[in-house]
Amino acid sequence: MASNQTALVIGELTDTGSLDSITGELLAAASRVADNIECLLLGAGATEAGQQAIQLGATKVHASEDALLTNINVDAMVEAAHQAASQINPTIVLVGKTLVGRDLAPRLAFRFDVPLVQDCIDIAVDGEQVVATRPVYGGNALAKIACSKTPQVLTMRPKTFDPLPADASKSGEVVQISLNIDASVQRVSQVERITEEQEGEKLEEAKIVVAVGRGIADPANLPAFESLAKTMGAALGASRAVVDAGWLDHSYQVGLTGKSIAPELYLTWAISGASQHMAGCTNAKNIVAINKDPECNIFKESRFGVVGDWEKVLPGFAAMLSEMGVA
Amino acid sequence: MPANILVCVKQVMDPETPMSQFKIDGATKRVLDPQGVPPVLNGFDENAMEAALRIKENDGATVSVISIGNQFVMDVIKKPLSMGADELTLLQDDIFDGLDAFGTAKSLASAIQKMGDFDLILCGRQASDFDQAHVPLGIAEILGVPCITMASDVQVADGKVRVERKLPDGYEVLEATLPAVVTVSNELAPVRYPTLRNIMQASRKQPNSMSLSDIEIDAAALNGGLEIQDLYIPVSDVVCEFIEGEDEEDAGRKLALKLREAKLI
Repeated sequence: MASNQTALVIGELTDTGSLDSITGELLAAASRVADNIECLLLGAGATEAGQQAIQLGATKVHASEDALLTNINVDAMVEAAHQAASQINPTIVLVGKTLVGRDLAPRLAFRFDVPLVQDCIDIAVDGEQVVATRPVYGGNALAKIACSKTPQVLTMRPKTFDPLPADASKSGEVVQISLNIDASVQRVSQVERITEEQEGEKLEEAKIVVAVGRGIADPANLPAFESLAKTMGAALGASRAVVDAGWLDHSYQVGLTGKSIAPELYLTWAISGASQHMAGCTNAKNIVAINKDPECNIFKESRFGVVGDWEKVLPGFAAMLSEMGVA
Repeated sequence: MPANILVCVKQVMDPETPMSQFKIDGATKRVLDPQGVPPVLNGFDENAMEAALRIKENDGATVSVISIGNQFVMDVIKKPLSMGADELTLLQDDIFDGLDAFGTAKSLASAIQKMGDFDLILCGRQASDFDQAHVPLGIAEILGVPCITMASDVQVADGKVRVERKLPDGYEVLEATLPAVVTVSNELAPVRYPTLRNIMQASRKQPNSMSLSDIEIDAAALNGGLEIQDLYIPVSDVVCEFIEGEDEEDAGRKLALKLREAKLI
């Protein structure tokens, strides 16, 4: 594709120094609008991870393993990204709408005195312009947006762009980028960090997700679904209403202000499918819904559906699973 | 020393508006005000108000509120006063009608600089109309102060703000020296109902007024160069296959079979 765009992907590294999956997604998104795709990797492991980024589509990787660059020190990350982008001069900057990205991208945009287009689900070139598509009004509508200022800064919704297949034959440079970061740049410190071990499959990575909505009526009904999830080797998910009611922790929430997931099968029980919820699961390969209301929104995006009371449907479903030997 | 807190709030279309009332004007590329569905205060901004009022109750604080817009519905926009805020300022001007996040952050930052010194600026994590989640970060960047997002708990002590935020696998506690901006998420709940006393006091209070000229900002600086080329309601091309049975339990059995047939389980 002949394109006048230079893309800079702000990649991410995991806390253990390997390439975070969002990086591959951003590189794939960048490939739709630019031939020249530079990638920035900040933190321990950046140089080695840079090789992987080349295989996933970066034409050049800028790496810095400065000790101040950690996922907790977003102040340092913003400063680093700003310095790097000022050196590299991209026309477009792509950031993931991740925990780090959603703090980094807006601040980076305002440092360049440019707007941010947040949470994009599609991106394309239209002549000289890049046009991004993003959901608005909780997902009720989609907006196609172009920006005349450069650099254009966009965040891309996770699990929306499939990474390009890793190509070991791809060659490209991984260079060390020279940055001037001082410890004093950090103004937010982490005082405490509690990890709560979650049982079972990880929601973001599970191939099958069993999700419950407010319609299950009582938290006493949750064990039946936990058991179903375990039987199916699935992760458990929930709508925001379930979390707001205090029945499950926020870490189970799927939706616009929860997790974006893309499982093979998203099996929902008593979820109506409001736009904000669908925003989190719209990239599921197959959505299946059980709900009393034949008119509810989730059936409009479901491959299979049962109109009925979950309390009556579930025993039949579970019994058949058992007969089929699904365990 | 009691903290001087500012809460930024936005009047938005009710996110519970039924889809039958959700209509787009193709010419202006804007969503039309739904018939018979009044606007509301942005849900996450109510969480921000709650955070402010808890600090006021526990440690003492002055809670001021600001909102930027052009067509305020008094019943809606005065809700922070009914909840217990001390003061409300409306930043109102034609140019603020449909202003995007870029212009909003700049305008609010200018207004905040004019209004005085705040220790803590609290905002909802995002507005339910445009879901941009970046005005507060823009304000922090322009004012040169730290910003912590998605708080589930906010405490102020010894010139610092201490924020708890939920993570995908647990939570963390972050700290920053004041002044700072903090955005609040719905995990900071429950949100209090306005008391009758506060509602009556609020009805007697007149909000302070500011306009573009008061904040001394050039209208051209508010334009970030974003163009909405199209705004549309997506049409799903998915056709749902409904599974039926002799009764609901039987439908459950048939569903399991169907999923096996489709190689999904």
